[in-house]
Amino acid sequence: MPGKLKAKILAGRHLPVMDRASDLTDAFVEVKFGNTTFKTDVFPKSLNPQWNSEWFKFEVDDEDLQDEPLQITVLDHDTYSANDAIGKVYIDIDPLLSTEAATVISGWFPIYDTIHGIRGEISVLVKVELFSDSNRFRQSSCGVKFFSVFCNTRDALHLSCPAPSIPRCYRLAAVHGFVEELVVNEDPEHQWIDRIRTPRASNEARQRLISLMSGELQRKIGLKVLEMGGNAVVGYLQCFDLEGESGLVVRAIGTACTLEKPGSLPPSAPSASPSMETKECVPSPGRRSTLASPVLSVGSSQLSQGFSLSVPALSFSGMTLQLQGGAEFPFFTFTRFPPGFLLHVGGVVSARSVKLLDRIYNPDEPETRDAWWEEIRQEIKSHAKALGCHAVVGYSESTSICDEVCILSAAGTAAVLDPTLMQEGCLDDGGEHRYCVFCHVPYDDFNSPFPAHLAQCCTCGRHKVPDVLFTTIELPREAKVSGKGCLIQARLCRLKKKAQGEASATAVSNLLPFMEYELHTQLMNKLKLRAMNALFGLRVQISLGENMVVGLASATGVYLNALPSPGGVQIAGKTPGDTAQEQHISNMQRKINDTIAGNKELYEINPLEVAEDVSGSPIPEPQRRPRLFRSVSESSTEVPELDLAYGRKDAFVLEIDDTDALEDMHSLLTDAPAPSGFYSCNTEVMPGIYSWTSAVQMFTSVRMFRLGNANLTNQGVNKAFNDLCEDLLKSLYFKVRSMVPCCLCHLNFSVAVPEEELVQVTVTAAAMTFDKDAALTTTLPAAQIGMFVYFLSLKVFTWFQPLSPALSVFPASSVDYGSFADRCSTLVELIKVKAQTMRRGSIKTISSLETGSPLLRDRSRSVRSTHSYSSNAVTVVKMTPLSFIPNTRIIKYLGIINMFFIRETSSLREEGGVSGFLHGFITEVFAMVRAHVAALGGNAVLSYQMKECVFMENPNKNQAQCLINVSGDAVILVRHTEVSRLH
Amino acid sequence: MEIMSVELDVFVGNTTIMDEEVYQFWLDGYTVSDAVKVRMEGGVLEECEASAEVLQSDTMDQYRTFQMCERLLHTPAKLANQLLFQIPPHRQAMLIERYYAFDSAFVREVLGKKLSKGTKKDLDDVSLKTGITLKSCRRQFDNFKRVFKVVEELKGPLVENIQTHFLLSDKLARDYAAIVFFANNRFETGKRKLQYLSFQDFAFCAGQLISNWTVGAVDNMVEDMDVDLDKEFLQDLKDLKILITDKDLLDQHKSLVCTALRGKTKVYSEMEANFKNLSRGLINIAAKLTNTKDVRDLFIDLVEKFIEPCRSDRWTAADMKLFLIHYTNSAHILDTFKHQVTWDRYMGVIKSCILKMYHD
Repeated sequence: MPGKLKAKILAGRHLPVMDRASDLTDAFVEVKFGNTTFKTDVFPKSLNPQWNSEWFKFEVDDEDLQDEPLQITVLDHDTYSANDAIGKVYIDIDPLLSTEAATVISGWFPIYDTIHGIRGEISVLVKVELFSDSNRFRQSSCGVKFFSVFCNTRDALHLSCPAPSIPRCYRLAAVHGFVEELVVNEDPEHQWIDRIRTPRASNEARQRLISLMSGELQRKIGLKVLEMGGNAVVGYLQCFDLEGESGLVVRAIGTACTLEKPGSLPPSAPSASPSMETKECVPSPGRRSTLASPVLSVGSSQLSQGFSLSVPALSFSGMTLQLQGGAEFPFFTFTRFPPGFLLHVGGVVSARSVKLLDRIYNPDEPETRDAWWEEIRQEIKSHAKALGCHAVVGYSESTSICDEVCILSAAGTAAVLDPTLMQEGCLDDGGEHRYCVFCHVPYDDFNSPFPAHLAQCCTCGRHKVPDVLFTTIELPREAKVSGKGCLIQARLCRLKKKAQGEASATAVSNLLPFMEYELHTQLMNKLKLRAMNALFGLRVQISLGENMVVGLASATGVYLNALPSPGGVQIAGKTPGDTAQEQHISNMQRKINDTIAGNKELYEINPLEVAEDVSGSPIPEPQRRPRLFRSVSESSTEVPELDLAYGRKDAFVLEIDDTDALEDMHSLLTDAPAPSGFYSCNTEVMPGIYSWTSAVQMFTSVRMFRLGNANLTNQGVNKAFNDLCEDLLKSLYFKVRSMVPCCLCHLNFSVAVPEEELVQVTVTAAAMTFDKDAALTTTLPAAQIGMFVYFLSLKVFTWFQPLSPALSVFPASSVDYGSFADRCSTLVELIKVKAQTMRRGSIKTISSLETGSPLLRDRSRSVRSTHSYSSNAVTVVKMTPLSFIPNTRIIKYLGIINMFFIRETSSLREEGGVSGFLHGFITEVFAMVRAHVAALGGNAVLSYQMKECVFMENPNKNQAQCLINVSGDAVILVRHTEVSRLH
Repeated sequence: MEIMSVELDVFVGNTTIMDEEVYQFWLDGYTVSDAVKVRMEGGVLEECEASAEVLQSDTMDQYRTFQMCERLLHTPAKLANQLLFQIPPHRQAMLIERYYAFDSAFVREVLGKKLSKGTKKDLDDVSLKTGITLKSCRRQFDNFKRVFKVVEELKGPLVENIQTHFLLSDKLARDYAAIVFFANNRFETGKRKLQYLSFQDFAFCAGQLISNWTVGAVDNMVEDMDVDLDKEFLQDLKDLKILITDKDLLDQHKSLVCTALRGKTKVYSEMEANFKNLSRGLINIAAKLTNTKDVRDLFIDLVEKFIEPCRSDRWTAADMKLFLIHYTNSAHILDTFKHQVTWDRYMGVIKSCILKMYHD
């Protein structure tokens, strides 16, 4: 009996009218956990009931605590007939199970009904008392922390140097390796019982099941982590496969790590060796297509930036296993790394496999699915080997399902990791870390696994680098780039014959290699047109529909100084002598040249200057670093020929042999650049922009288009899809135009083909503003950091002036309330934190403000001179897909948020059609995420993702249904400036 | 060839994005396409390098957001503690203030009318006459009615009640108090002779009446205190009749006023000749106020019985002011006149109302 869960129901507000006669509601609440249910009294005739219930206590196993959500149902009491449900709240208890995360869940939660949406709010208090666990053979994994993304290397580093006494969140002590797990079940929506139960019952069964399954999954992964000797999962990525008739799969991957609170001594490296059974590969119908593109390796980092204190000691038990040829996969799910972690990057490795789904007969032993993934991972591993790399970083997996055909995909970046880090757990800071090392190829000219164009490194001139570099990771911080980056997308829509079963799978398998090739070509062309030479954050998505397959590749292009300058793009006609065509081609060529020149200017790419800069700066002779894994052609004794390398404009030749190619060329050229003042990227931040403000606007946009029933051609659908994406981007820029200068960061496009001739694109991103005038150089020498912070705090001091002397006096008008309100709420947080860290009450003003809300109340009084409407003001919760918010510091991770919602309507027209329905639903999902975070005591969600947005409609029946899955890390943030002010 | 049609198009921000300009179009009852047209002419396109489709999409999206918000705007206090939309407080205040703002042309049409279904049915005429869209007329009318219903039964000062429940600015709350007050007492404002008066003129008068003639002016904790006139006071007003029925008093009053004004105004002789008529006019209005019907006619009576005669004699506003001051004060010197308190309470309001109403 290792845990006691306690819940208290306080009050409700804004309840819907359930009794038409009285225009009131007789509400009561059922609180359920596992199989135990408690009820509150009925609070008669009120839309704002005050239950103030006793503590409901559940004595439960911690296994259940991890799997089950607390289920709160609000009902309307009816004497004569059955009680009507108003709605439900599911609360994930997991954050309470870790001693370092949240200690109490307390706040207002939206009451949610799958048919009516949000119907009022309920105030709940939840606590857990854990008893120490003496069972060695436990099934639970309480206390293992999960992070959607964990970022040990503080990203906003350039901007802000943290005050040294602020508690760092965590320190990465060891990385144990890849963890994966999947659980399967029957989908309630496809069970026979679904024919006789109400849509509401069916939706709720599904929501509950998925909640249970993800709880179970997380627990199982946690167990594996404990076995490996770790205490956390970083880069936790959980997905659902709605396989329809054949079931429901919830799977997750992540990286097992040992994290520790900074200050504590590193534990003796745990050396548990997980006994992974090698799974038998079950033969299955399907083919695979793979593609490996050349990439390069990233080297060491610059350690002089004053953050070497936080550089983690790394011990790689997982690594060792891999090198011994064990079944373990040397994969890492995160995309950012501590300085020095990455030594070489070999290239993007990806594998796809087409499978035919069949019913999962034994959900407890989902061997088939496991075997499928095993197969794919093996393939990825061998690709990495071929590139001379022993590890894969920035690894992710995904699926696309249409009827019984399923495409499984995995992708990552082959890499070589720094052996000194891995062995010694300390960094050799005596060594010089050059900006270019990571660009040097890990293989040599002669053993190159594929025909690659290698050139001399443009920075050091001593090593070989590829002419272009594609990776799935974020731009390493030590990388030197010229100018700014930009979002580059390759879009492709291919028709496919409608077919069943195996025939369909075959058709898809045949199509895939061509699609991969074309996407790759498009990316390459677009990269060249932008005068850039590397892609980061590459994500290729292939989505399967009944009569088409859609491919979308997104990445952020940059100009890496170490790589050769891309030559121009040259067009060649196939039939010389055709004057009309030649004329056309020369026109086209001119256009292309203009575009390239224009882009160079637009993205401020000016590599020559940088080269001079580099050669002029006192970069010491490159020291040889020990390389344990692979001998790179270090023997390149040729004289560095910097200029030659730059002058080498071997142009990229495009052959135009038919009208198709002409069309393609056109579409290349018509890709409109972002309007002035805007940038966009799909990495966390835009390379080349460093002066971010903390203004963040996260948004989700969904568009769906129907292809006309006209004669569909590949070209036609392709253009339509391309236009959709372009239009969508334009709309996004327009929406956030008030934030200029602004960058759409972490632009995440996901595409689906929900029905025949229907294509759905979902985008989530964060619009962030930056200071255009801040003339910051890309790298900030350690000595300058102090100065810069000083400058920043000066600036902020003026903001705070009205607050500082007497906190209770707020200027009435003439204040910018937006940022003002913002500051107030963070200030409140800050004061709470302060109160926690001080625990002395030596400062009277502060301890009197500890209760939090007076400040807020004062603030709104200043807005409304006479009346305050803020007695229960709602906490502002920021959301961002990034792992940080500029100029803020994470003071506490509260736990992972992973929520799944279903919404259904049978009055689609009345709800404003499909757009009205979905608009409302997404708004509600955001609200529920914010409420849960606020209840945990948090004020932000980081690494936020909308992982699933499955929309189905039946306009003839006036019905629609949508499933949304979101996740992220709940945290408490404070502004750097506020932190330093308090200290 | 149109190969594709957009079926679904939504944008949701964590902080709800609302464009003030589009909000105004929505409030004004513009259709999406009309709003798009106006926006295009406004030049927002060139500014942001956007296309007509982008504007269309943005406008649709914003309209949907406003529609979803509208339910909350009906009870503004909810906007502050609801969880659905994350809107910074200053934006919330803007949304509420704009939602409850009204067109003066519209309010003049319904001021003093019963806020009933019947009146609502006539709104299409109002719309036609004022050029304000029917949709906007309905919103404004419903706002009046909603505020009326909420504050009708409440104790305490009217303006404060409106502010507490609807979170309006002081100015707007005062205007609503006037609207509620006029609707409750059904003051006639629509007659042709009253057309020259603006809503602000009436609102001023309402303020005067509320703070001086209602129950609340005496006792501030009764129901309806600010919406209903003080019955006792209206009854007492009958006592003022003595000023015109007692010949001595009337003559005395006249001579006192004349003495005071002699040489100070160009319209002295006209005033002297008309004094008795004017005084009778004002006091008859006072004496009749016990009848609900006559209360309704208060403003038309003031215009017909007092303002028009003076205007035809070309009194200036200064003349008017001078006269009213001395007319009021002289009554205090009349030793047989015992109703000084009632007189002051009556004349204080009448004086400021007339001064406000005395313009072209």
